[in-house]
Amino acid sequence: MSGGRWIYRLVQLAFLAAVLGAWQYSSSEGLVSPILLPSFTASVHEFVKVLSTGAFWPDLRVTLYELIVAFLIAASAGCTIGYLVSRTGYSIRVFDPLFAGIYSIPTILLFPLYVLFFGLGAGSKIAIGATIAFFPVVLNTIAGFGFVDKTYVTAARSMGASGVQMFWSVLMPAAFPVMLTGLRMGFIIAFLAILGSETIASLSGLGHRIVTYAESMDPAKMFAYIFFAILIALLLNTSVSMIEARVRRGHG
Amino acid sequence: MSSVRLGPGAARLLVIVALVIVWEVGVRVDGDPLFMSPPSSVVVSLLGFVTNLPVLGALRTTLWELVAAFLIAVAIGLPLGLIIGLQRFAYRSFHPIVLLLYAIPQATILPLVVLMFGIGPASKIAFGATHAVFPIVVTIVAGVQGVKPTLVTCARSMGASRAQILANVVLPHMVPSFFTGMRLAMTSDLIGVLLAELYVSQAGVGHFTRLFTESFEPSKLFALIACLAAIAVLLNELCRRAERRMSRWHD
Repeated sequence: MSGGRWIYRLVQLAFLAAVLGAWQYSSSEGLVSPILLPSFTASVHEFVKVLSTGAFWPDLRVTLYELIVAFLIAASAGCTIGYLVSRTGYSIRVFDPLFAGIYSIPTILLFPLYVLFFGLGAGSKIAIGATIAFFPVVLNTIAGFGFVDKTYVTAARSMGASGVQMFWSVLMPAAFPVMLTGLRMGFIIAFLAILGSETIASLSGLGHRIVTYAESMDPAKMFAYIFFAILIALLLNTSVSMIEARVRRGHG
Repeated sequence: MSSVRLGPGAARLLVIVALVIVWEVGVRVDGDPLFMSPPSSVVVSLLGFVTNLPVLGALRTTLWELVAAFLIAVAIGLPLGLIIGLQRFAYRSFHPIVLLLYAIPQATILPLVVLMFGIGPASKIAFGATHAVFPIVVTIVAGVQGVKPTLVTCARSMGASRAQILANVVLPHMVPSFFTGMRLAMTSDLIGVLLAELYVSQAGVGHFTRLFTESFEPSKLFALIACLAAIAVLLNELCRRAERRMSRWHD
């Protein structure tokens, strides 16, 4: 099995090489307008320049700041409301479909309103990120706390556990893994929504930088920042998954 | 604990009504009409849209963009998913590439898509299709791979040819996952098309959201967003119904 693995890697490399080769060829031969497609080498050159000069810092800082604030708002509101709702089966049946229903509407629709309320700056990005991340967090918190095996709760109570002990020793350990999934999903979709809303209308941030270079017809720099944003997205994805796995292991 | 209890559905309705009342009263008491509208005037604006031909046209365009992008994504995603799912070689070589591409935040390439396809409907359709195609491919691959090996072995031992196995075992078994993929694709399709609409738009809904924001007409903005939300809910619900219907026989 593993003996044949190199074949697949080879095919993947060949595919990548073909795409990049086609890119370089079509731009150097002038098949595609240089405004649409700069040469691959020029884009890589700009990308290296962005990385080495640290020119990405101001925009990255804005985007990460928006992401962290949005996530903190969504996490605290989502966990608190989710926990409160999960306390009775009745309130779960009332609120869970309500949150799930609202969640099925694309949140980005609210962005024009948020621009009206909070302006073009970081405020509207934080609001959209917090709104979109709230739903997976609250739904998973409800699912986590709402469906703890009743035997454990009864057993703990019959052994005289206090409310605090019940929360930290029974409910929390049972609910935590499910909550964690919601938090990870919330974090990732908040990042995507913030990037998207920076693209639509903003004053700074990674999405804003990409748009600026697109509109000033500077495609090599635009591609450099597209590469950079993708790099950041992949880094965030992997680090969040790693944190989740580690917490899960330490917890379980 | 009260003795008389509302059903959960009625209580939910009550919560929604209470929120609308708080919104109405709150805005009437202390709200800047340039930024916020009470629900009653949103409803008035909503009714005004019935005779507002440009807005109706924009909504129709958006609906059309959503459907076109969805169909393109299915036309590309279905064969791609089948090939990658059924062909061992294709799976081992190209599935990682699909997953990698799926992980890329597509908002980054939105300006590029607009540069390529212009500010008309074409760029919205393209962006919606690139959003919708990945969930289809990934769920179809998972669906094809999820067919129980016993069934395939069983069919083979009874002398079924590859084509017969494909037609009678594999394809019927991936129908539920196909519809799950369609539902997920519709969710992504909505995000893609709406993002592109809001980014830049000639006569689509994005044009009007910008217009209503810049002319400080929040009631019209709310009404337009409500229409779009209704379209989203409708399309999502259609896909969910289809999914439920098609997966019922499977259990």
